[in-house]
Formats: sequence, structure tokens, C-alpha cells
Amino acid sequence: MSRVLVGVKRVIDYAVKIRVKPDKSGVVTDGVKHSMNPFDEIAVEEAVRMKEKKLAKEVIAVSCGPAQAQETLRTALAMGADRAIHVEVAGAEYETLQPIHVAKILAKISQDEKADLVIVGKQAIDDDSNQTAQMTAALLDWPQGTFASKVEKSDAGLTVTREIDGGLEVIKTKVPAVLSADLRLNEPRYATLPNIMKAKKKPMKKVSAKDLGVDLAPRIKVISVEDPPVRQAGSVVPDVDTLVAKLKEGGHV
Amino acid sequence: MATAIVNSARQVGRLTSAAKRLYSDFPKITTHYTVHPRDKDSRWTEINMERMAEETDILIIGGGPAGMAAAIRARQIAEEKGAEVRVTLLEKAAEAGGHILSGACVDPIALNELIPDWKEKGAPFDTPVSSDKFGLLTKSGRIPIPVFPGLPNYNHGNYVVRLGHLVRWLSEQAEAAGAEVWPGCAGADLIYRDDGSLKGVATGDVGIAKDGSPKDMFERGMEFHSKITIFTEGCHGHLTKMVSKKYNLRENSEPQSYGIGLKELWEVKPENHHPGLVEHTIGWPLDKNTYGGSFIYHLQAGEGEAPLVAVGFVVGLDYQNPYLSPFREFQRFKLHPYVKPMFEGGTRIAYGARALVEGGWQCLPKTVFPGGCLAGDTAGFLNVPRIKGTHNAMKSGMLAAESAMELILSGEATHENGVTPTLYEDRLRESYVYKELKQVRNCRPSFHTSMGLYGGLAYSAFSTLVRGKEPWTLSHGGADHAKLKPAKECKPIEYPKPDGVITFDLLSSVALTGTNHEADQPPHLTLQDDTVPVKNNLSVFDGPEARFCPAGVYEYVPLETGEGQRLQINAQNCIHCKTCDIKDPSQNINWVVPEGGGGPAYNGM
Repeated sequence: MSRVLVGVKRVIDYAVKIRVKPDKSGVVTDGVKHSMNPFDEIAVEEAVRMKEKKLAKEVIAVSCGPAQAQETLRTALAMGADRAIHVEVAGAEYETLQPIHVAKILAKISQDEKADLVIVGKQAIDDDSNQTAQMTAALLDWPQGTFASKVEKSDAGLTVTREIDGGLEVIKTKVPAVLSADLRLNEPRYATLPNIMKAKKKPMKKVSAKDLGVDLAPRIKVISVEDPPVRQAGSVVPDVDTLVAKLKEGGHV
Repeated sequence: MATAIVNSARQVGRLTSAAKRLYSDFPKITTHYTVHPRDKDSRWTEINMERMAEETDILIIGGGPAGMAAAIRARQIAEEKGAEVRVTLLEKAAEAGGHILSGACVDPIALNELIPDWKEKGAPFDTPVSSDKFGLLTKSGRIPIPVFPGLPNYNHGNYVVRLGHLVRWLSEQAEAAGAEVWPGCAGADLIYRDDGSLKGVATGDVGIAKDGSPKDMFERGMEFHSKITIFTEGCHGHLTKMVSKKYNLRENSEPQSYGIGLKELWEVKPENHHPGLVEHTIGWPLDKNTYGGSFIYHLQAGEGEAPLVAVGFVVGLDYQNPYLSPFREFQRFKLHPYVKPMFEGGTRIAYGARALVEGGWQCLPKTVFPGGCLAGDTAGFLNVPRIKGTHNAMKSGMLAAESAMELILSGEATHENGVTPTLYEDRLRESYVYKELKQVRNCRPSFHTSMGLYGGLAYSAFSTLVRGKEPWTLSHGGADHAKLKPAKECKPIEYPKPDGVITFDLLSSVALTGTNHEADQPPHLTLQDDTVPVKNNLSVFDGPEARFCPAGVYEYVPLETGEGQRLQINAQNCIHCKTCDIKDPSQNINWVVPEGGGGPAYNGM
């Protein structure tokens, strides 16, 4: 396997409290702390480990987003990726960027770069879509190993252990393939300062969706974004009769 | 023989159960290597402890207004002189401005000097002060106190600023000027030359487990060797603490005195919003012997932005009653009939807290030592009556940079010698920084008499009138932590329950700070002695750390084995305010830096 492509997304940091915009069009992102999507960190780590085990020769990190996406790519480079591709998408186009667009972009880049493997996080913690890996595989007509918690080399390709509702499922797939990383796949390394400094010298290419022939017109429209309803206070009842009476009152029985 | 064996078995049994009791009565809390050195730890014998090293010319520790100003000024001079000078700035927050918290009402004097065209360059200085209000709150009323030109709290010409945003902008200017800014990098260890001068600073190690052992992904920090290191860590910096001890910087200074400042950002109803209004109160809810007060600053709303008000409360950390909770004083302050209407119908969108320097002139340390110097609030330049420190921080950063550059360009400062930049301290003395601080030096200490607040106000009025020319200098009377009285001498304070609308509980407030730390690392709130909290803090002072920590880090919880309590440290909640290190009556808590990138995620605080 020579080339591994890893998709990384810049999202609001998981520890930050999200605030819905007063006009309900989305959440506040201005000035809010962002970091690499945690599942994408796991994807990068897996790709870098493959390179260290000599299962891959080159790791390419890709991110779609505004100028700040370059910071996320630098983190991937600091973790061990060899080069980065920044697909610049900004402003209104970025607000309506959806998994279908990212899948088309990743598919095109995979073909251009002759990648053997695409690894992305299983879902982004902002939209929780869990679609990009699957759609990318379909567009490329490649097999997919999603929710991967273990990936091993086999004679014909890869053996992937998947986390599913019932437990663990083990599948065998040929390469090229698309994988999506789940939580237990690995524990990502730190991007430490000496590596961050080295990463500044690694190549980063900037392209546009247009260059890749991908149309970014939205297929889904977000009507409104709202806070979950505030939890109502409960009340303590003195005995069972009162409980039954209250349940009947509320139309629950 | 059998009896002997049985007896010794009983002895062993007794010893083991005694050990168990001792161990479980005082479970191990601190695992950090600063308390349990790794060279004596068998888990570390195989680990390669070598560090990569890089050379830089000027190393700046801390990316706040002082640090950023120093970086920019150094690079400006390098440009002017066409010199190749490497300037490296390390900041522990994940993003520039992430750990910055301040009112803030800023005097633009330093920024005007540093970047005269700041307006064209888009500095977030959008809210000029339009009016000043000052009042003494009583339980149900307010006595207005006039503010006029000449008074330290007259703010005409100043700006209401979201300091975190200003620091972010300064960071961009610093990088544009050619400085290296490394966020997410904690300065952790000091490196000395054989002659004792400061050689540089090492960044923190990562990948140490909570029990102090190395994890698979352990990585050693890296060293920066510099010609001059400028410490700009903000109030009560932890490296500054070490450097002050090493070079005896405080031998002729009074112990520093501090306050804790808590702050919230509120979206308020338009009718309650008066952009440019700067308001301060003193009095209620604090008693006359507890120094403190509030600030309410109205920010200009940008295009499509909601009207924002910054509200905060400061409590002097020389308070005496261990039952006092600065956080709960802040919350109940908002219920005052004069204050509450402003926040009705509004939404709280941010919360945070940070210790601030109040000692002023008497507490200034020696700011220079072989190989480096201190600038900004880590030295302690905040002007208490003016309630301003940012301009002094920036000016001191600029002076430090100018002095460092002079020594580097003349060849005096090299990597081999650790020259003491005495030039810097001379320049500070001649600057408005020292002049201001000297002029107001007697105001804060004048609050220490039995007349408390009223004595302080009266004396400060007098001192302001004579422009600080009175020939004496009042003392603060000792360190803040020594002023705490035992619990049995004090009355508990009845605080109202949070209503969830205007006042809030601690944990939901901490959630708003966005603070987080890698859970599996040694707690960075280290105790020199794990048994002291229960033996002293709890038994004598009823556990004041559980009350003064604005992030719920310290909790006394019942022991699993039955009677008694133990201290639980929720290190993940820490918002890096430094209050515990300052106010711990046992001075047993030593705040050290956690893994870089951890801590609050403030946005324009």
C-alpha cells in the first residue's frame, strides 16, 4: 500500500459549551476555540502507524474549509502526515458544505493522488452525520470498513474489526478501500512542539472545489437550529394515590 | 517459637492495618514529578530523558498583553536595524487569548506607542468610554459618588475592550512582524548554566499518567536556549515564582497582595445597554473590612451582534473570613435592586475568573536577574485605584524588549553568558509605569485599618489630592494567606441559592469556561504534603479552598472507610486563576503548569 489519504475536519472543541445564534440559523463559531475532530485525530494516528509499520509509504492529510483549516492540517502534519492538501471553502459556501460535497472532493483527490486507502473519522462531532466515509466509498466504488476499531494487514488486503450494535464484526476487504475510525482504534499521539516546527516545512497545497470539478450547491437546507428544551423541574409526591392521580391528570394512563 | 511467630504476625498485622488506616486516611493525591522526582522513581529508569534543544535570541514566556507587546517591539527594532533576531513566544493556552480574562477598561497610551496605526490595522478597540459611574452600595440602596477629571477612576480617553480579542489581534501582529508564537506550549522547567544564570526554559513533558508513570506516548518537552528570557506569565506566574526564589528577587519587597476577579459576559435587553458606560461599585455585599467591588462595562455591539455587558466582581485576597466565597459574593451582588434590572431578560454567555495583582509599589520585586527579566503583571504593575494594568503591562513588555535588543545587538548578551539586563529596570523607573505606581502606592494599604472601606476611601481621596506626594509609604501588613482567621473565630455567611436566571451555581458556570485538561495526567495542583489539607486547612479553616476556588477544583468528601474526610482535587476543572496558590493558609498548594493546551477556552474575555 503506498498512499493513505486522511480526511480531517476543523470543529468546535469538544469541551466548549455550544451557543445557538439568536437568529436560530446555526451556532456561534466566531472566536470560539476549534480543534481537529477527535475521530479524525484517531484516523491520522492510524495512518501514521501504518507508515511506521511500513504498510504505507506516504500519508496525505486533506481538509475542506476556510483559511483556519490549515491549522488543523498542520496538526496532522505534526502527527506524522507527509503532506497536506487544503481545499479552500469559505464564507457562505462553507456554511452549506455537506458530507456529499466532501465525499466528492475526497473521491476526486483519491483518484488524482492514486491513493490506496482513505481513512476518515467515523463522524464529525458538530453535525454527527456519519456519511462521508460511506459516500466516498460509493463514489469510488471501493469497499468500506466503517467504525473500525482494529485494522490489520491480510494477504489480500485488510482485516477490519468493526464496532456494531451487537458487538464486534470482523470483515476482510481488498484495497483500495475506505475506512472510518471509531474511538477504540488507537490513542492518538501528541503533536509536540518539535514536530509542529518540522511540520511548518512540510508541503501544503491549496486547491478549490472548482479545480476538482465539484459543485458545492447545497442539497440540504437547514431550517432552524434550536436549544434542546430546558429540563422541567420534577415534583415529589407523598404517596402512590397522588402519583396515580397525577399520572391520570397528565393523560399518561 | 510459635508464640514468637504469632506475635510477629500480629505486629505485622498491626503495622499493615495502621499503614492502611494512615494510607486511606490520607490517600495519595500528589503524583507530580516536582514533588516526587523521577530520578528516584523506578518506573522511569528505562525512559530516555534527553531533550531536543533550539537556540533563540529572545524567549518570551506567556502570550498576554505584556508578552505580545515585547515580541512585537523586539521584532520592530530588528526590522529597523536590519538585524536577524529570533523571537520565540510560548503560550500555554491552545489559542492566543484563550486564557486571557480582564474587565477591561484600557488606557491606549501603550498601544498608541507600540502600533500608532492600530485603528487602520483593525485592533478591537471599538468602545470608547462615554461615561463613568461610581457608587457605594448598601443592602438595598446606592449612594452615588461623583467621578470627575483628576480622579484615578475617571476614564475619559480610555476604551472598553474584550482583552482576549485584543491579545488575539496582537498575536497576529506579532507573527506578521516575524515573531514565532507557539500556543499550546507550556513553559515548565527552568534551565540554568553552571554559573547559575538562566540559560532557557523547557516546555512541558506530555504523556505522563495520573499516577506519575510514563505512558506509551510519553514525549519529553524541548528546550529553548536564549540570550534573554522575558517572563510575562501574568499575575502569580509559576515560573516567576521559581525564578524569584532562585535569584532572591523579592528580598526587599513586601509580600505581593492580590485580588480574585470573577467575570461574566451578558447579552442584555437593548434598553439596558449603554455602550461606553463604565460603572464601578463598592460596599454591599462585602462588609467594610473586606476589600472589593464590582465593575459593569458596556461594550459596543458590532454588526448583527447582541448588546453585550461585561460584569465582574473583585474580592481582595487578604479577606479574613474563611467562610467567604468570592464566587457566591459575585452571584449575590447581581441581586441588588440597583443591579438586577440590568440583567433581567438577558442571557449569560460566558464566565471566568483570574487572580489579579493589588500590591503595587511596595510589592514590586527586583525585575532583572542573570539571563532574564520580568514584565507585566507577573512583576505586578497593576494600578489599583485606576483599576488598570494592561497599559503598564504592555509598556513594561516594550521596555523589556528594547533593553534585551540593545544588549543582544551590542553583543553583550550571548548564549554563553547570562547578562543581567539592569538597563530594563532603570528604564522602568523612569517610565510612567513606576511613576504611576509610586503615586498611588498608599491607596490600597489604607483600606487595612479598622475603619476598613471608609478609612480607605477617605485616605485615597487625600492621597489623590496631594498626588501621592505624602512622604510616607504604608505597608500591606503581611501576606494575604496569613490574614485568614481560623473558622471558629468567624461566622459562616448565608448565601442565597442560585435562581438559574440571574444567579448561577458553580458547576454550570465552570462549564461555560470551556475548560478541559487531559484527564490521565498528574494533578497540576500539587501539594507539598498530602496530609496537610485535612490536618490544617480543614480542621482550622474549614476548608477555605473549597470556597475560594472559582472552578470547583477542591472538594472535601467523606472517606470511603468511614469517618473523616479527604481532599479531592478535580484538576480537570481548573481555570488557571492561581488563587489557590496565593490564598492557601498552609501555603501547601503549588500550582504547576499542566500539559499544554489545557485550561479554559475563553473567547474575548
